[in-house]
Amino acid sequence: MTDIPVSHILFVSTALFFIGMYGLFTRRNMITMLMSIELILNSVNINFVVFNKYLYPDKLNGIFFTIFIITIAAAEAAVAIAIIINLYRSHKSIDVETAEEMKY
Amino acid sequence: MNYASYIALIPLLPLVGFVLLGLFGRKYLKHSSGIIGTGLLLVSTVLSLYTAYNYFFVDGKVEDSYQTITAVKFTWLSFSENVSIDMGIILDPISVMMLVVVTFVSLMVHIFSLGYMKGEERFATYYAFLGLFTFSMLGLVVSSNLFQIYMFWELVGVSSYLLIGYYYDKPSAVAASKKAFVVTRFADLGFLVGILILAFYGGTLDFNTLIERLTSQQSSQFLAITTASFVGVSALTWGLTLIFIGGAGKSAMFPLHIWLPDAMEGPTPVSALIHAATMVVAGVYLVARLFPLFTLTPVSLSIVTVVGIVSAFLAAIIACTQTDIKRVLAYSTMSQIGYMMFALGVSGYGGENGLGYTASMFHLFTHAFFKSLLFLGAGVVIHFIHSNEMKDMGGLRKYLPITNFSFLVACLAIAGIPPLAGFFSKEEILLATYNSNKIVYGVALFTSGLTAFYMFRLYFSIFWNKQTEVHNHHGEGPFSMKFPLMILAFCSIFAGLIPFGEYVSSDKTMLKSHFDPMFSIAPVAFGVIGILLAMWMYKKESTKAEKISQSLGGLYRAAYKKFYIDEIYLFITKKIIFNLIGRPAAWIDRNIVDGLMNGIANTTASVSGFIKGIQSGKVQSYAIYFFGGIVALAIVFLYLWK
Repeated sequence: MTDIPVSHILFVSTALFFIGMYGLFTRRNMITMLMSIELILNSVNINFVVFNKYLYPDKLNGIFFTIFIITIAAAEAAVAIAIIINLYRSHKSIDVETAEEMKY
Repeated sequence: MNYASYIALIPLLPLVGFVLLGLFGRKYLKHSSGIIGTGLLLVSTVLSLYTAYNYFFVDGKVEDSYQTITAVKFTWLSFSENVSIDMGIILDPISVMMLVVVTFVSLMVHIFSLGYMKGEERFATYYAFLGLFTFSMLGLVVSSNLFQIYMFWELVGVSSYLLIGYYYDKPSAVAASKKAFVVTRFADLGFLVGILILAFYGGTLDFNTLIERLTSQQSSQFLAITTASFVGVSALTWGLTLIFIGGAGKSAMFPLHIWLPDAMEGPTPVSALIHAATMVVAGVYLVARLFPLFTLTPVSLSIVTVVGIVSAFLAAIIACTQTDIKRVLAYSTMSQIGYMMFALGVSGYGGENGLGYTASMFHLFTHAFFKSLLFLGAGVVIHFIHSNEMKDMGGLRKYLPITNFSFLVACLAIAGIPPLAGFFSKEEILLATYNSNKIVYGVALFTSGLTAFYMFRLYFSIFWNKQTEVHNHHGEGPFSMKFPLMILAFCSIFAGLIPFGEYVSSDKTMLKSHFDPMFSIAPVAFGVIGILLAMWMYKKESTKAEKISQSLGGLYRAAYKKFYIDEIYLFITKKIIFNLIGRPAAWIDRNIVDGLMNGIANTTASVSGFIKGIQSGKVQSYAIYFFGGIVALAIVFLYLWK
């Protein structure tokens, strides 16, 4: 286990981040966008854990942050899904482009 | 005695009436507004008569000359230690005399209007405007300094404008009110510049201080104002001439008289008050107020004389040809004010030389009575016949006996037939003129004959001549219309018997009344000839008048067209000023000023159109901006921030 170089893990996390970014920018479905955001958050989590592990193995600060982010992500998912349900009720669609009444 | 306690009430009561009726008149006081306005003015009138009694008979006189009393004085605007604008009330013979005239005539007009304006939609507004006018006129006559008089001067202009345009649904009335306002405003520009010149060199706005400083030959102010000059004319002459232009505009003197005949579009009682008795004599009053200064410059005085006599003569000729009875009266007013002006112009200062001054003020006093009587009489006639045109009238003496009598009295008075009021005042004017300038005297004498002619042309055309069929039966109107006629007729008969010179004179000392039967032969003879001529032409229905007017040809037509002065004004304004100044100014305004503004507005609009495009409502583009921002910040902080 110990011989996985840090660059590999960072590569995975970066890939995960940009996959999430790509999904966030291109998908119109809000559920998919929410999932993309989760990907981004998880890529950050991986970063935290990796740096914690390799730079300060005797400390847990990075891990704490990861746990915080997971908690907040859960709350965020709840709020986001509530928003999506309300949007669906009012617009009969969860396409993000239909919610543009407040533009300009 | 303390004047201040009640004298301030004289102008303030009409102001109270104005505020009260202006704010609440239309809704709550619709029917009582006439009574309220008249009642307040009655109190003012009584107070001013009481003031006059006190001033002239009790305590105004000290060692045979009337004192100038400053009854009220307070600083209104204080700019710095030396520069401030005061408000105040001064009492001297002419201001007290004017107080009485203005309140009295205004009261008569208020009473008359109770009947005349009854049933008008804007009855309360009418009384509110009358109150405003009376307040401003009273404020004008008691003004203690140049700035205050200028302010009230503009206020009377405004109220005159409002009252001329009272029938605002009539286009001619609207045009007339605009014309009156613009012409007098134009003249007031001269007045303002004159005030500034006098105030700059005199160092004060206060009348008494100003006159005191400038009349003493050694004072630094006198030296400054006489040595400073522009185009070879001293600043004093410039200042006074410019002030006189303001006065000439208000008093409808040639060539600024064109607004007065049109001003007859207003209700007839208004014409009686504003355009016959009070406001139009403000110019005369102004010259009289600054008379000690005018005597310092013969040039200004001769301008006053020339303008006065030309106006008197021209207006008398025009009056002979007009057919609208109110216009005849308007030109007659202009002619009589011309008399007052040149009487001032030929006058000197002090003692016997000041006869012209006394005569002018005397004529102002008597003229107020008989001219307002004539206008109110004309009001009764118009009320009765529903027309202003002479051709619709005739033989009305049977229907309107009281009007007939009072109109006759007024006509005799203005024609200068003894012993009515106009005789004495005109007599003094002619005497003063005779003593100083024979040419002016000749023209004035001839004009007095013309006056008699056109007044009796009017009288006979209305009350004699052909018989008109009358369909209405409301007669002369209510008592409120007849009462002022009787009172004013009484005044027109007896006002001349007042020994006026003892009260009003240029240096405020007593001046004996001048009455010389031998001298009066000529004016009276001219008057009688005028009357007889009018009687011969107009008493019976005949074609004599037409024949004569045809034989005069071009002269008659020119006079009928008011010597084309209106047309000259139109030519100058429409053809010359509009084309040479108005159009380029309009072009600059439209293309450069507006273009600049529009350009700024358009640029702003397009920039904002671009910026608002960013707020597209697409969440994902926001996310891209956000991400782009983060990347940019990251680049800045990682690589560029050293």
